[in-house]
Amino acid sequence: MTPSVRLQEMIRVIRSARTQGEERGIIQKECADIRAQFRQGDNGERSHSLAKLLYVHMLGYPAHFGQMECVRLIASPRYSEKRIGYLGAMMLLDEKQDASLLITNSIKNDLSHSSQYVQSLALCTLACMGSAEMCRDLAPEIERLLRASNCYIKKKATLCAVHIIRKVPELAELFTPSARSLLSEKNHGVLHGAVVLITELCEHNPDTLDQFRKLYRLLLLFFSYHFISYSPEHNVAGISDPFLQVRILRLLRILGHNNDTASDAMNDLLAQVATNTDSSKTAGSAVLYETVLTIMDINSESGLRVLAVNILGRFLLNNDRNIRYISMTSLQKIVQTDHNAVQRHRGTIVDCLKDQDTSVKRRALELSLALVSAVNIRSMMKELLIFLSTCPPELRSQTTSGIFNVAERYQQSFVLHIYLFAGGDVRDETVPNLIQLITTASELHCYTVHKLYRALVKEISQQPLVQVACWCIGEYGDLLLKGECEEIEPVTEDDVLDALETVLQSHMSSPATRGFALTATMKLSTRITDNVDRIRSIVSIYGSCIDLELQQRAVEYNALFKKYDHMRYRRVFSYVQLQMKAPSGNVIPAHGLGQVTQTVVLNNPNKASLPCLFLCSCLSH
Amino acid sequence: MQFMLLFSRQGKLRLQKWYVPLSDKEKKKITRELVQTVLARKPKMCSFLEWRDLKIVYKRYASLYFCCAIEDQDNELITLEIIHRYVELLDKYFGSVCELDIIFNFEKAYFILDEFLLGGEAQETSKKNVLKAIEQADLLQEVRRLCFLKAFRGQKHFAEQYS
Repeated sequence: MTPSVRLQEMIRVIRSARTQGEERGIIQKECADIRAQFRQGDNGERSHSLAKLLYVHMLGYPAHFGQMECVRLIASPRYSEKRIGYLGAMMLLDEKQDASLLITNSIKNDLSHSSQYVQSLALCTLACMGSAEMCRDLAPEIERLLRASNCYIKKKATLCAVHIIRKVPELAELFTPSARSLLSEKNHGVLHGAVVLITELCEHNPDTLDQFRKLYRLLLLFFSYHFISYSPEHNVAGISDPFLQVRILRLLRILGHNNDTASDAMNDLLAQVATNTDSSKTAGSAVLYETVLTIMDINSESGLRVLAVNILGRFLLNNDRNIRYISMTSLQKIVQTDHNAVQRHRGTIVDCLKDQDTSVKRRALELSLALVSAVNIRSMMKELLIFLSTCPPELRSQTTSGIFNVAERYQQSFVLHIYLFAGGDVRDETVPNLIQLITTASELHCYTVHKLYRALVKEISQQPLVQVACWCIGEYGDLLLKGECEEIEPVTEDDVLDALETVLQSHMSSPATRGFALTATMKLSTRITDNVDRIRSIVSIYGSCIDLELQQRAVEYNALFKKYDHMRYRRVFSYVQLQMKAPSGNVIPAHGLGQVTQTVVLNNPNKASLPCLFLCSCLSH
Repeated sequence: MQFMLLFSRQGKLRLQKWYVPLSDKEKKKITRELVQTVLARKPKMCSFLEWRDLKIVYKRYASLYFCCAIEDQDNELITLEIIHRYVELLDKYFGSVCELDIIFNFEKAYFILDEFLLGGEAQETSKKNVLKAIEQADLLQEVRRLCFLKAFRGQKHFAEQYS
C-alpha cells in the first residue's frame, strides 16, 4: 500500500462517520496516531502523518501540535517531505506564531538550492506568509534571484518582492533598480510579475512613480505588440494573454494619472484597444473594462471619454448580469464628472431597476438618483415611486431617503407625497427639512395640513409622518378648521384635538413625537375658540408626566396659560417657532418677531439626532 | 487577492488559501460568514458582491463554490478568469475533475494553486507551463521516493549479508 493511500483511507473513514460525535471520535484516534508518529522521528512516514493532520485541520479541528513538525520537515533533505512541510507551514503557521521565525533559516538555504523546485517552494512560502522580520532577513536573497536566475525562478522572485514591499515598504528601494530591467524579458510570466512589481513600487512612492513614468513609452510599445500578436499558449477566447493586458493597462493608468504627456501618448492605443477588443466572452470584457477605467482616470481627450461611456452603455445591455453590474459600478464613479454622457443611458439604467438581483437593483437605484435633474424629474419620480412600491425591504429606507433628497432639490410638492406614501421609512433627519419646506411653500399650506391630518387619522405608527403632521396641525390649524380648500370635508375642533390626544396617549408614539403633539396642542389654543379648557387640561396632565422633556414643556405651557394669558392672543404669538438643529448642525433660523423673553432648550435624551431649541416669542410689538 | 475559499453546497470547506495574516479564529469567523452569505444567493444572481470592505467574486462549478476576496482596485472580471483558469488546471491534471478528487487529493490541489498564484497574484499566464511545472515536481517527488526506497532496501540487504 503506497503511503498516499493511507491518507486517502483516513479521509474515507472520516467521511463515513454518520454523526458529528462519531467523526470527533475518529479524529481523536487519528490525532493520537499522528502525535505518536511525530514522536518516533524519521521513518519515512512523517510527511504522510502531516498530510493527514492538514486534512483534519481543514475540517476545523485544532492542529497546532503539528507546527514543529512542519519546521522539521522543511529542514529535511527529501523533496516530498519539504513539499508537505512548506504546505503545512503555509496552512498552520502565520506571522503571529513564534514557530514561523524558525523556518527563516531553512528558507534561506532552500533559496540557493540546486533544484529549482525546492527554490520554488521556499519562494512560495515566503510570499504567502512571510512576516516583516523574515522579509527583512531574506530580501537580499530575493533581489539576487531577481537578477540572476532562470525565468521560472525569476517570475516567482518578482512576486515575492511584491510581498516584501507590501510588508516592509522601506525595502522598495532595494528592488527598484532591477525592476526596470525585468521588462526586457520575453517570458510572459516574468513580464506579468514585473508589471505587478512596478505597479506596487509606483503606488507606494510618488518619487518612484516619477522615475518610472517614462516607461509608458516602452509599455505602449509592447502592449501593442502583444495586443496584435498571436500566442496560442496564452490565448484565452481570442484574447492574447488577458491577464497581462489587464495588468499593463492598470500600470498605464497609474503612469498617466495627472500627467498630460503620458496621457496624450496613450490616447491612440487606448482607442484602438477599446474599439478592437472582442467582448463576447469574459476575457475580452475584462480587458475592455480595464481600458475604460484607465481612460476615465487619466487626462484623456473628450472623444475618448465619450467612447468609454458608450462602452459602459453597451455593457448595460449585455445579457450577462455580471457585466451589467460592473458597468453600473463604473458609471457611478463618473456620473458627476461626465453627467451628460451618462444621461444618454438613463433609460437602460432605469430598466435595470426591474432586475431580479438585489445588488444590481441597488446599483441601478444609486445611479438613477444621481441622474435626476430638473428636466427629467417627473418621469424619474414616477419610475422611482413605482420601484419603491415593489422594492425589497432592505432597499426601502435607502430608496425613500434618496427620493426625498431628490424631490427636495427639484420639486418640492413631491416631498409631501413621499411622506404620505412611505412615511415610516424616511430617516428622522429629514423631518426638519420637510418642515422648512412646508413653511416656505405657503400656497400649499391648506392642502398640506388637510392631507396630513387625514393621514394622521388613518395611521399613527409612522413616526416621521406623525411628527410632521402634528407640527402642521399646530401651525396651520386655523386653515384646517376653516376648510378653505376644495374637495375636503370640514374638520371640527374636537376632531383635531381627538387626533392629537390619540397621538399623545398612544404607546406607539416616541417621546419626540409626543413632544410635537403637545406643542401642537398648545399652539392650537390661539387658533381655536371653543375648546381652550380642554387644551388646558391636556397640557396640565402632562405637567406630571414621567418623561422629563414632556413635563418641562407642559409646565412651561401651563405657566403661559396662567401668567401670560393676556399675551397669548396677541398677533405676534401666532409665530411660535421651532428652531431645529439637524444632526449636521445646520440651524434653520426662526422667523421671530420681537424679543425673546423665554427660551426653553429641550434636549431629547432618546434621540440624540434631534435636539430642539424652542423659542417662545411673547412680547408686545 | 486576499484569500480564496472552495466549499461545497453544504458549506463544507474543501480548500482555503489565505494571503493575508489572520488568526485562526478570525479565519474561521470570516469563512463561516462568507459561506453563509454566498450560499444564500440565488442561482441567477451576479457573481460579485460587496462584503465588509472587500469585493467578493464567486462562481459555482458543479457542486463546488470557488470564492475569492479581492481588493478595491482589482478587476472583478479578470478574477473570474483566474477562477476559471484554476478550474481548467485542476480538470487537466485530474482528468475531468470532480469534488471527490479535490477531497481525496487536497494537497495536490494546493500544489497546483501554488504553481498558478503566488502571494495572491497570477505568476504564470500559460496553462501549459503551469501543468509542465507540476508534472516535473511530481516526477521529482516520485524519483526521490524511489531512490530512497531503493537505498533503504539496499541497506537492508547489505545488513542481512553481514549479520
